[in-house]
Amino acid sequence: MADPKMINLTIEGRAVSVPAGTSILEAAKTAGVLIPHYCYHPGLPVAGVCRMCLVEVEKAPKLAPSCATAVADGQVVHVHSPKALEARKGVLEMLLINHPLDCPICDQAGECELQDYTYQEGRAEGRLREGKRFNPVEDFGGDVMYVANRCILCTRCVRFMDDVAQDAALNVSERGDRALIGKFEGKDLTHPWAGNVIDLCPVGALLSKDSLNKVRAWEVDRTASVCPGCSQGCNMIVETRDNLVVRLRPRANEEVNHFFMCDQGRLDYRWMNRQDRVEYPMVRRGDALAVTEWEGAVAEAAALLKGKRAFVLASPGLPNEALFLLSRLVKKTGGAGAFRVRQGDEAPLPGVNDLARRADLAPNGRGAELFGLARANAPLAGLQAGDVLVVADEELAGLDAPDVARAGAIVVIGTTLPAWARHAATVVLPITNVVEEEGTFTNLRGRVQRFRQARSGPGFSRPSWAVAADLLAALGESANYLLASEVFDALAAAHSEFAGMSYEALGLKGALVAGAGTGAVA
Amino acid sequence: MGYPHKPHDREMPVLSKYFGDAGAISLDGWKQRGGYAALRKALGMAPTEITAIVKESGLRGRGGAGFPTGVKWSFMKLDDGKPHYLCCNADESEPGTFKDREIMRWTPHALIEGCAIGAYAIGAETCYVYIRGEFTEPIARMEAALREAYAAGILGPNAMGSGKTVNVYVHRGAGAYICGEETALMNSIEGRRGNPRIKPPFPAVAGVFGMPTTINNVETLAAVPHILNNGADWYRKIGRADNPKSTGTKLFSVCGNVQRPGNYEVPLGFPFKDFLYDLCGGPLPGRRFKAIIPGGISVPIQTVDEAEASFMDYEGFVEHGTMLGSGGVIVIDDHQNLVKQIARAARFFAHESCAQCTQCREGTGWTTRILERIVAGDGTSEDLDTLLEIADNMTGKTICVLSDSCAVPVVTGIGKFRGDFEALIKTKATVMVPAVV
Repeated sequence: MADPKMINLTIEGRAVSVPAGTSILEAAKTAGVLIPHYCYHPGLPVAGVCRMCLVEVEKAPKLAPSCATAVADGQVVHVHSPKALEARKGVLEMLLINHPLDCPICDQAGECELQDYTYQEGRAEGRLREGKRFNPVEDFGGDVMYVANRCILCTRCVRFMDDVAQDAALNVSERGDRALIGKFEGKDLTHPWAGNVIDLCPVGALLSKDSLNKVRAWEVDRTASVCPGCSQGCNMIVETRDNLVVRLRPRANEEVNHFFMCDQGRLDYRWMNRQDRVEYPMVRRGDALAVTEWEGAVAEAAALLKGKRAFVLASPGLPNEALFLLSRLVKKTGGAGAFRVRQGDEAPLPGVNDLARRADLAPNGRGAELFGLARANAPLAGLQAGDVLVVADEELAGLDAPDVARAGAIVVIGTTLPAWARHAATVVLPITNVVEEEGTFTNLRGRVQRFRQARSGPGFSRPSWAVAADLLAALGESANYLLASEVFDALAAAHSEFAGMSYEALGLKGALVAGAGTGAVA
Repeated sequence: MGYPHKPHDREMPVLSKYFGDAGAISLDGWKQRGGYAALRKALGMAPTEITAIVKESGLRGRGGAGFPTGVKWSFMKLDDGKPHYLCCNADESEPGTFKDREIMRWTPHALIEGCAIGAYAIGAETCYVYIRGEFTEPIARMEAALREAYAAGILGPNAMGSGKTVNVYVHRGAGAYICGEETALMNSIEGRRGNPRIKPPFPAVAGVFGMPTTINNVETLAAVPHILNNGADWYRKIGRADNPKSTGTKLFSVCGNVQRPGNYEVPLGFPFKDFLYDLCGGPLPGRRFKAIIPGGISVPIQTVDEAEASFMDYEGFVEHGTMLGSGGVIVIDDHQNLVKQIARAARFFAHESCAQCTQCREGTGWTTRILERIVAGDGTSEDLDTLLEIADNMTGKTICVLSDSCAVPVVTGIGKFRGDFEALIKTKATVMVPAVV
């Protein structure tokens, strides 16, 4: 495709050059100018209804809605001219006429665009002497609750359901200042991606029932992460308060999930806060597991492995770093490695190309395959008698008992201690979970994406890669890694698919493995 | 003809010639009165020829904006390979306007003929006549007339034996004021909520169903057959000699406090003073005119002095602080509480706002609430400044002009009749107002 024609214009005195057809609002972003707006959202069709993004364009007779006005050569745009500011001040005052000033009890407070822009540009006091319009709160189904009084009718939710989810469930009902968002007859926000309307809502009108009245926006810490729910690898933000995950929200990545995240991924976070965790390394002493030091436990596991084949049953939820080191363990002992992937129903988001909640309900099956682990429905089929079975963040429940029985010993590397592990494990090495460590996942399209640590792990648990590295070192391998990034560097050096990658280069958006286009879909 | 009154000598009945003549309603009757000659002539011409004649005649849109019809038609690219559409705007929702209703009631075939010519001229095979839902009688008449026209082969795949396809359909609206706005009308035809669309794209590029579309008012299209029959020159010469920009005749719907309300057809440029006192018979006995709204509720209010100095054409009304608009003359006399009338107008706009743009959705409602509070005797002196500031925020900042229309009576009312407002605020006179719906 030929390069689009570039348009040169001036925004707030800054020279900007953008492709033809770009809106003034988007062009202004490239100049570092955020034009206040409500109805505009880069992931939705343009509506141009909130009239908040009005800017002054020299020589134009009227103020222009910058979201719906294309750039033109030589345009001179003033975002903060008195005329534009006055107009936006007017819009803000109008928006607040019927909007309750209940910020102290509103979940959106602190991350509310109406609040932000009113503080930034609005009037100090309203002039309305009459009462406000009142509508009752409505349950929209799914995870969504609608507080009609706070609604500013930006229609982002309506457009999301119409054009992105393509499951028309919402509409604007009534007219004038009586208007509110309504549900179509018999419809509920039960679409698997409907929860996105909560994030899209610029005010506190659409709220998550799950996080209702739970936290204040300014109390949470936010960490860039990747959803571990399926092989799509949607980028997300983990919000924690007091070291507990309280909310997951999508993080924009044009290459993966745009601005969205499915409801299942969004709401599946309680396990991250599990309190029944294994907090100490343990070794078997007779019938019971005894708490011990890390050195002792690792040495004992290494002793088990000496001269034996390691059969690694790894979770496709482990990061590349851990899977890489476990694959080295397999190679070192001449053993084998396998994994299985729990299956669900695929749920696409039709309005976005190649975005779906995938059937593979694990984030890193593709990575596991790249490191030579075998994907199988009966993963223990290759387990030979006398092998040391290393169960890394996986379950034995549901696997055939005769298979398991062939194992000479079982080393459990895990976050919890289920009944089978309590009975069968020889050594238990506690690890941290996905929000407690740092690492990378490779999604089904071969995109390697970083996730960061959002909370601290319990007790003496250590990152999965660190435990695997210790095990290798105890077996005489050179595996002295202090940081996840060092493991990743080693991984990139050892596997050509990852050549040239580093944590720094991956940044927030990730990068594709070599040959990703032709790779098998894990 | 000032139907239901006898026509006045100074009227020039062209479109209204058969108002009240039940014989003109049927196809046979219409043919006896010279009907469909213009369509037969048009179908033998090239579309560009028709457009050229209409351009030449100086015909301008009668719906309110006054855009030259021929120029509008010439925006349609005839060779773009896309289906074109003509929409006839018969929503006539502007309060104070009831001229299109009479055209459709008495001369439905005149409109069908105009629609067919217009459709052919812009390369459209389909014309939608969008009639507001409350117009039950005009809808019935139009539908009956369409059945006749199809049965007679005037419309259809071989219109009047010309081999050309012209289809005209009636689309019944549900009675929303905003559906008279052309882009909202298109959304309504498509089965969507009648919300105005952002322009650009303009309808001539992407209109109804995303295809090139022209929207014309009933009165505009009904004038086209007369232009083809009598020639562009004939039409161009009707009007003020010193104002060649406004040509032809115009229907004015008169309501309010006059002796003889009704529809009047006069040449554009007619003196408004003569119109009000001579044709309409002046004020009711013992009363005096106080304010005149000459073009439907959306145009600025005139004082009597301004009105009496105006000529009734596009430029003549602009010279005196208002607009021709749709030709709905609303006369208010000294027995009326003007503030109450303005509050009523604002309430109408608040009710009809489509709720897309913030300023309109919230501003119309807020304006109404303040005005009704003033009327109820609870106004303060700051209210007038607040009203003016709200009106300023509502003007020129929204997708369509409904918001501006609500601001207009407020701004001109306060500007020209400030005393009326202040009297209410000072005396705290109490007038009953209905509760907000």
